[in-house]
Amino acid sequence: MADLHLPTTLMPLFGGLPRRVDVDAATVGDAIADLDRQWPGLRDRLCEPGPELRPHIHVYVDRERATLATPLDQGSRVDVIAAISGGAC
Amino acid sequence: MARTVLLVGTRKGCFLLESPDRRDWTLRGPFCEGWPVYHAIHDPGSGAIYAAAASEWHGSAVWRSPDLGETWTHSSEGLAYDEEAGRKLSKVSTLAADNGRLLVGVEAPGIFESRDQGATWSLLSTLAGQPGSEEWDDPANQPPGHLGISALMFDRDDSARFWAIVQGIGVFETADDGKSWTPRNRGLRADWPRPHEEVGFCVHKLVRSPSDRARMFQQNHVGMHRSDDEGHSWTEITEGLPTEFGFAAAVHPHDRDTFYVIPLDPGHGRTMVDGHAAVWRTSDGGSSWQQLDRGLPQRDAYVGVLREAMAIDRDDDPGLYFGTSTGQIFASVDAGDNWMQIADFLPSISSVEVATIE
Repeated sequence: MADLHLPTTLMPLFGGLPRRVDVDAATVGDAIADLDRQWPGLRDRLCEPGPELRPHIHVYVDRERATLATPLDQGSRVDVIAAISGGAC
Repeated sequence: MARTVLLVGTRKGCFLLESPDRRDWTLRGPFCEGWPVYHAIHDPGSGAIYAAAASEWHGSAVWRSPDLGETWTHSSEGLAYDEEAGRKLSKVSTLAADNGRLLVGVEAPGIFESRDQGATWSLLSTLAGQPGSEEWDDPANQPPGHLGISALMFDRDDSARFWAIVQGIGVFETADDGKSWTPRNRGLRADWPRPHEEVGFCVHKLVRSPSDRARMFQQNHVGMHRSDDEGHSWTEITEGLPTEFGFAAAVHPHDRDTFYVIPLDPGHGRTMVDGHAAVWRTSDGGSSWQQLDRGLPQRDAYVGVLREAMAIDRDDDPGLYFGTSTGQIFASVDAGDNWMQIADFLPSISSVEVATIE
């Protein structure tokens, strides 16, 4: 199981979505697909067609910047961050 | 008892202003989780509110409230170009509703359709092959080029017929539900070179008279124009206005000759001319113009008003409403003669629409 932490901006968009989720997935992309099955539409909020991560969504696996293809290990910590957008917001 | 509801799209979510008498207003919001809302509309058929929004982090979606803002959901299912298309959907800009059907105009230019109240979307048209499309299909002009479908307008008598504005290109009409298109820009002025005779016009806002369906007005980058033949040809009616530039426009619901615009400084500021807030009205189809500023700030008001940020209701004495780049909303309940400020300190306002709820 990986220990996945989501940005707070997602919680109001999907009823019952917790800040922290245990996921059993081989990659970051698989983990997001698993969440999308439980909370339909969630993948669109994190990924663009491609698929690839949205420009201002950053993912770290065990503190290393990750992509959708990054593998997950048992006990990996995954942080999904809504990145700061340079003050334009 | 009927009440008037203003739907206000802002850089920080959607707000609703409600009034039983168009004088005392109550504000609710922000809705849509503070996402930038570019256009919020009321669908009288279903009673739902829809808001086109694009989050910096979470992308574009259309929000829906079936109960006037009490509850909201959002969806972007199907709201994307095929990966092979080589184009990217960066923003949902404008909405139109008609007979249970929704259209949304997007950047890069395309129109998506929903027939299930915004739950799912499918691509209706990219206006492929139209003159000028090579420009908006050029990858160099994909985001952040900001060419997009900036406005859509249904023909209320024929749901297969509607008009679309492509930013910097012009107006197009379809009579077969987006299968084919015809440029409708004859007679417009442009002060720049254009590679195609039919397009290359910077149309900001298009409105159609409810009392004379042949009559349309438009505000564009270099002037105001009137059409008496459903947009087939245009006549410039700028003379008498302080500038040729502006975004917002509204047409009187009962008088075919009365039309409102908000001229702005055409430079980079794009704010009220000399800081003097005013709406301008013609009551003779554009032969002459009258400045309406009673109740509006007369000095130091360097505020802008965007394309969708002015609305008019259908009352016998029509109410006019506009929202500013600095978060004020002004209203007139006597067709523009007198104005009052009904909201302040909102985020920068992108759109104002009005609905009368029975």
